[in-house]
Parts: sequence; structure tokens; C-alpha cells
Amino acid sequence: MLKHLYDTDCVTWSPQGKLFQVEYAMEAVKQGSICLGLKSNENVVLCSLKRQPSELAGYQEKQFKIDDHMAIAIAGLTADARVLCKYMRTECLEYKYTYESHHPVGRLVFKVAEKSQHKTQSGAKRPYGVGLLVAGIDPNGVHLFETCPSGNYYEYKCQAIGSRSQAARTYFESWFHLFEKSTLEQLILHGLSAIKKAIMEDEELNEKNVEVGILGKNLKFTHLNAQELKDYITKLDTFSPNSQIQQE
Amino acid sequence: MYIPVNDMLKHFKQDAPAMANITHKSDQWSPYHDNSGTVLAVGIPGAVIVAGDTRLSNGYNILSRDATKLSQLTDKCVLATAGQYADFIALRKFLQQRLQLYEFQNEVQASTETVAHLLSRELYSRRFFPYYTFNLLAGLDENNHGVVYGYDAIGSYDKMTYGVQGSGQELVVAVLDNQLKGYNKINKTIPQTREEILDIILDCFSCAAERDIHTGDNVEILIITAAGTERIVKPLRKD
Repeated sequence: MLKHLYDTDCVTWSPQGKLFQVEYAMEAVKQGSICLGLKSNENVVLCSLKRQPSELAGYQEKQFKIDDHMAIAIAGLTADARVLCKYMRTECLEYKYTYESHHPVGRLVFKVAEKSQHKTQSGAKRPYGVGLLVAGIDPNGVHLFETCPSGNYYEYKCQAIGSRSQAARTYFESWFHLFEKSTLEQLILHGLSAIKKAIMEDEELNEKNVEVGILGKNLKFTHLNAQELKDYITKLDTFSPNSQIQQE
Repeated sequence: MYIPVNDMLKHFKQDAPAMANITHKSDQWSPYHDNSGTVLAVGIPGAVIVAGDTRLSNGYNILSRDATKLSQLTDKCVLATAGQYADFIALRKFLQQRLQLYEFQNEVQASTETVAHLLSRELYSRRFFPYYTFNLLAGLDENNHGVVYGYDAIGSYDKMTYGVQGSGQELVVAVLDNQLKGYNKINKTIPQTREEILDIILDCFSCAAERDIHTGDNVEILIITAAGTERIVKPLRKD
């Protein structure tokens, strides 16, 4: 009830030590459609559910290539995501021009986090209303990061953000111990299984509303095309994580 | 106290030397070095063949026997450069960066024609401190036919069916005029197949290596088709 006394701008603390504007921005992320990421020793996979504003419209893309070795999946305000995407791409291009090598993933995520934090400490600005899952590969290994409107960032083995993401995270909690040694195909099937947990009863996964992006140590970022998606969704029917345990 | 300007200057300036005594400094440092070598490109229906020797020299010295003059910018086009190697590297870096940005903004790779124009504008942007580069841009056009664009150092360019640049230019282009166009040829057979043209290109480099001291070591050939890029390396004279 008293929230509205302290939530006008970013420069007002609440008595409980909260910045409500930042918390509200994180709500915008939770309203976005689900996207998740998971990694093994060799690969990172990003899966997202694309929303269609109406029957007449196209599906909103949720994954964007930043560089050959890095990509993001977004949840929240797409317009804000575009700004961060452009920033990340420019930083990678400049780094490549100067150092002739790929931008280290953690360092770029830090830059994005710094930029986001800046927006939470001014009377005239608002936080970015988008959360990013950043998948990347650099000499330090395979990475998956999450960034928040608050300016925090975390590294994950697997993570899901957006609407009904808790269902996907529950799936991950049960099976993430298998991911490290999974093949790329197993990883994709795990990702799609997790997304399947998060869709509504009357919805179904098909090659139009699902987006899968893959990255590997020797594999530049690519999206799976419509045919490949269809094949994987068909394989889902016969996929069970238990079979992977038996293999090992 | 007013002193006329002319009188004042007398105190500071020495008498200007007579015109006959002016000597030009001849050993001033120059930002330009010619790292030489020869590049050529031939466009045929369905493919384009780009070749460059791999010798890097400076004056009478060889700096490397294994330096590429070719740079693939997109799936469909290749930049081949003779002249100053440092400027080639700088130009290549600029184009790679700019073309990746183009791909992000337009969600599709730049066409060969677009790259050709971009290269021309970049060269002219340095009109008053030019890139010491003599470029050929070879690629596939919208119909997947081979096309070659030839440039001077400041960006003037034109579409051609074949082009040669570098220290062996005069030696090689005359041979190509004769073999590929049938100019001044008594027996006017024009090669039709890719293999025949490849043979002619290899012969051209061997001939250039014989007479031009800056051409030799290896010839690197890229064949660009809609299916992909093929790379061939053949040895040349090492002296």
C-alpha cells in the first residue's frame, strides 16, 4: 500500500531498502515470454518461445547474434534489448579491430551490467526493461550469463527467465548434472523439454514459435532452421533424460 | 616606437638563398614502402578465380615467402591487393569490420557491387594521404557470374572481366589480353573451361616470376563459386 510513496523514481529508497523502480523493471522481464540457456563442456544452447501479437503478425525474434562466439536471448522490452544488442555488437567489433581476437564474454557482460546500473542511479533515467541470457565461448571456457535491469549479472550452468520460467528451472534442477557431458543433440533436447514444461496447456511447440540457437567451441553461433526444429520436436516424443544416465 | 614590419623582419631572418642554391632533401623518410608482388583475377560464368603470389619484398630484400595478398571479405567476394602490405592489412581490417556491421544492420551479406562501392569510397576518403594499395575486388554478382573490379590508389574503379595489379602487371596483362580476349592472336581459340583458364593463370605467374624479381615463391589461387571457395597453392621460382 505504501509502495506508491517511494516508487516515483530511481533516486528514492523505500524504508525497507528497496528501489521500487528497479523492482518494477524486473517485473517487465518476468512478463516476457520464456527463454532459457544451458551449457555443456563444449556447447551452449539457447531456446526461446516466440510470441505472436496476433494471427496477422509475425513472431517476435528473441535471439540475436552478437559475434561469431557470442549470442543473447532476451526477455522483456524488445526495444530496450535492441539498444543493448547494438551496444554489445559495437563493443565486439571494436575489440576485434584493436586486438584481432574475440571479446571475452565475462568482460562484455560486465560492461552491459555497468551500463544498466547507470540507469538506476539517476533522477532522469529509467532502468532497461529487459533481461539478457548471454551465451558465449572464449579461451576461459563456455559461458552462460544472466543480466538484470538492476545491473547485477550472474553466471549459470543453466537458467530460464521470463513468464512461467520456474517450471523450466525445476526441470533443470532435476537434470542439470547431466548437461556437462551431454552431446549437442542431447543439450538441445533438454532445452526443448524444459521449454515444453513452461508452455500453456492449449499451446504446443512447433517450428514457428520456438527458436533454438547453438554455439560451440568450433561452431559459430547459428539458429536451427525450420526443418531441423521440426526434427528435434519430433524427437522430443521419444527423448527421456533417463536414457542418458543409462548410457553413462 | 614604430618600426616598419620589413625592417623588423631583417633582424630575424637571414637572407633567402638564391634559387640556384636550393637543394632538395633526397633522403627524407617516406611513409610508403612498395612490398610488391602480383595479383590477378578472372571472372567467368559461374565462378571467379583470384590469384596472388606470396612473396613479400622491400627493395632487393625478401621479407616473407609466405604472405597472402588475398582476403575473403564475404562468401562471394575476395579482395586482392598489391602495393604496401601494411596498408593492405589496414584496409582489410576496415572492410571486415564495416561488412560485419552491414550484416548486422541488413541481416544479409553485402553484394559484390556494394563492397566494390564501399572500397572505392574508403580509398577516396584518404585522397590526401592515400592507401598505397592497388586493388582488385573479385566476386560473384547477383546472378553468380564472376566479376572483377579494378582500382587505382585513390578509389577510381571499373568493372572488368579480368584484371592484374602489382609489379608483374605489365608482363601478365599482355598475356591475358592475348589468351582470354584473343587480342593480336593469330589462332583465335578462347579458353572455355575453368581448367584451361587455371592453366593460363599458372603459366602467367610462372612467366612473371621469371622476369620480375619481386614475384615468386608460391602462387595462391582462390576459386569462388556459389557452392563455396576452393584454395590451391602452387610453387613458383624462389630466386
